[in-house]
Amino acid sequence: MPEKEKKQGTNISRRNFLKGVGTGTVAATVAPSVLIGSEKAADAQVDDAVANATIQLNINGKSYQIEVEARTTLLTVLRDGIDTSGSNIDLTGAKLICDRGECGGCTVMVDGKAVYACMMLAIDAQGKEITTVEGLAEGDDLHPVQDAFIQHDALMCGFCTPGFIVSSAALLNENASPTLEEIKVGLSGNTCRCGTYPFIFDAVKTASRKM
Amino acid sequence: MASWGEASESRLIGKRVTRLSGKDKVTGKAKYTFDINEPGMLYGRILRSETAHATVLGIDLSEAEALPGVKAVIPIIEVGNKLRYQGQEIAAVAADTDDIAKDAIRLIHVDLEELPSVVTEADAMAADAPQIREDWAGNQSEPNVREDGDINAGFTEAAVEVEATYHTPVQTHVCLETHGHVAKWEDEQNLTVWASTQGVFGVRNDFAQHFELPANQVRVITEHMGGGFGSKFGPGIEGRTAVELARITGKAVKLMLTRKDEHLVAGNRPSMTQQVRAGATSDGRLIAYDMKGYGTGGISSGAGFTGPYVYHVPNSRAERVNVAVNAGNQRAMRAPGHPQGAFAMDSLMDELAEKLGMDPVEFRRINDPNEVRQAQYTLGAQEIGWHRRNHVPGSGTGVKKRGMGLGSGQWGGGGGRGTEARVTINADGTVEAVTGTQDIGTGIRTVIAMIVAEEFGLDITDVRVNVGDSQPGLPSGGSGGSQTTPSVAPVIKTAAAAAKQKLFERIAPLLEAPVGDLRVGTGTIYVVSDRTKTITWKQAAGQLGMDSISEGGTWDEELRQNGAAGTQFAEVEVDTQTGALRVIKIVAVQDCGLAINRLTTESQINGGVIMGLGQAILEERFMDPETGRMLNANLEDYKVPGTFEIPEIQSIVFDTHRKVTGVGEPPCIPTPGAIANAVYNAIGVRIRSLPITPDKILDALAEKA
Ligand code: FES
Ligand code: FES
Repeated sequence: MPEKEKKQGTNISRRNFLKGVGTGTVAATVAPSVLIGSEKAADAQVDDAVANATIQLNINGKSYQIEVEARTTLLTVLRDGIDTSGSNIDLTGAKLICDRGECGGCTVMVDGKAVYACMMLAIDAQGKEITTVEGLAEGDDLHPVQDAFIQHDALMCGFCTPGFIVSSAALLNENASPTLEEIKVGLSGNTCRCGTYPFIFDAVKTASRKM
Repeated sequence: MASWGEASESRLIGKRVTRLSGKDKVTGKAKYTFDINEPGMLYGRILRSETAHATVLGIDLSEAEALPGVKAVIPIIEVGNKLRYQGQEIAAVAADTDDIAKDAIRLIHVDLEELPSVVTEADAMAADAPQIREDWAGNQSEPNVREDGDINAGFTEAAVEVEATYHTPVQTHVCLETHGHVAKWEDEQNLTVWASTQGVFGVRNDFAQHFELPANQVRVITEHMGGGFGSKFGPGIEGRTAVELARITGKAVKLMLTRKDEHLVAGNRPSMTQQVRAGATSDGRLIAYDMKGYGTGGISSGAGFTGPYVYHVPNSRAERVNVAVNAGNQRAMRAPGHPQGAFAMDSLMDELAEKLGMDPVEFRRINDPNEVRQAQYTLGAQEIGWHRRNHVPGSGTGVKKRGMGLGSGQWGGGGGRGTEARVTINADGTVEAVTGTQDIGTGIRTVIAMIVAEEFGLDITDVRVNVGDSQPGLPSGGSGGSQTTPSVAPVIKTAAAAAKQKLFERIAPLLEAPVGDLRVGTGTIYVVSDRTKTITWKQAAGQLGMDSISEGGTWDEELRQNGAAGTQFAEVEVDTQTGALRVIKIVAVQDCGLAINRLTTESQINGGVIMGLGQAILEERFMDPETGRMLNANLEDYKVPGTFEIPEIQSIVFDTHRKVTGVGEPPCIPTPGAIANAVYNAIGVRIRSLPITPDKILDALAEKA
């Protein structure tokens, strides 16, 4: 429990703030219970995050040089990153949905395996083959999973779709003809709120027959 | 009289057609608001209250302002005002990166005087509860009372009675794309906003009013949108904040809610607790119904629910109140008020049927005045194999017990006026359809293309559809109430018909035939009285020379119909040792009039069933009375259905006529009741509170034993 006499306000220094006094985003003068910060751990990282590094990432067969902070996730680089030549990477297919490894919206392939890009630091992705949903098709030829998703209407709003596409492709990489139960296990890390699951299962089955 | 024509004559309407946006969505090319990257764009974040009830004594922005990379910090709440729920907006920042914005938020210091709060209905209604809404004595609204017939007389006539309390908790929408905007001022007088919204024109008008701009100088764009379910109509405080930050900084600003914010402030389905007493005659007529209930929509009102529902009761009384708690405001959520009410009503129906010794389907047949549903009962019972159910609830043997149940629902979905559209034929044969509706995942873009392509004898890919943009100045309503297709489709149809007529008039002389003799073929136009006279669509359009044809449409009531009846049958399996509940199969028989696109209609039904399933077995907002905070404001502890929960779903498009009815909401209504009744049929003990979780099942079994 933080000391309650430390009033939050104009006179508090950043260093004191970072020391963990009133680490919650909002402090109260009356009830100390509200000082419990839900983001306490994250606060302590504010200073640690300053270290920058220039890294090289191999994404969809292309090499990018990017300056990142130590805390920058692979997902942030894909979506918001600017490479050292000044151009946006702009691979926005992978989505940030839950920000904590619960929904699969950010799924990409790292060395052929499905990975949550929100849970991987960009610096840890160096030297690996990263494939995003944008990199699955070969020119105008869609990946069989992509074709099957369209054919079965395995998408509604489509926000979860890139994650499901990549997870499905990764699943079929490992198991070319999964049963319904295996499909459910393989895609259990992905969430769809519109409720496209039944048609996703059909699509994966169709894709597996075509591969 | 306008009509959609006979099924036998349709090439596209009523068929299974894959989405126009499919390719963009599977390749990651589809750009949602969240994906917009404007040059030099800043990232916005909002500091929100972690306290459920407090007075703001001071806000210090200076340290946040001093953080390198921070471009603007603004207060949202005024000092002296009250924060009334966790998540309420305090201040906002715009910074070069999202991470910097996150850091800056933590450097804003707020002095609060905490006030007593209540976050549960029971606490809010307690005699000594602190008053959290000045206008509601005891934190409760004036009761809303409805009476019909004479309940005392009804109960006198009743041969059996049931008294029970049913409860459904607060649910949140969980849109996977959180609420958010990218705002950019083109100059001082022209604003462009990408908005994750269900109502492009509503958002445009809000910004125009708030920022004192002529409406046509605000452009709102929603090309793709990641789920709304009723929660995304207005721009909200976050939308206005994004625009204000963009104004101050002179840069584009992206401001998306976090997952936690989304749970706290972006809407929820209100709770329901109802105490009901009902009676039926010995021949199975529902005769009396007396209900008193309440629900909470947070600090706001709007916690209504239906009851009595669907079935005819000649004598009824229903009294409902809203209870205020220190939590975020409710917003419309897929069929507002219906799934809660339907769960209670269908549970009650089964309880009465059992007392009467009647089959639940039979009991409904006697009391349901809706003819469509009468036919659906027969079909649904047949498809699920109703004869296989336990004739004595809970009589199955073994550890895992199976059961079946059903539930019903009713919705409007007839659409309305207010959509303007234009269908254009260009001299090069290209075709364009423009209207200000938005495709929030329902597939309206494809439906529009199908209607135009059918009218012109073209493929859907020949039609360029422009929706989700206020710029062309062709308004349409928000996508809510299952109104989009029935509102938009008739206007597109009449616009296309008018454009076709104009084209026929232009080419009739060339074909040396009266206009009335011209017909479209497949990519051709021919003379019906002399089929040798044929020209291709391209040749016909070529006659326009330097012109094009551009026609508007009108909303024609004859092309749509109000009223969508639905019935669902569920089969479940309950593990009586662990309490684990598995939904095995749902048969969803859903009336929807003319399903213009059968494929996307089935998707909608699947989606409704799955959302209903989440409500039935998983979803609940947990509030901590001690801290006043939501305990499960994430996707780990707030469970929505995942692959393991998905049963076999048989979605039956029950199309009884050829007029359009919206179907976005109705399929989520019958599911919780059907599942609850199936659980009872499996184990012989009734769970009257959603979600039906293993702990409740084990408790109920223990109580019975
Ligand atoms: S955003 Fe990465 S798993 Fe949800
Ligand atoms: S399609 Fe909308 S969340 Fe999956």
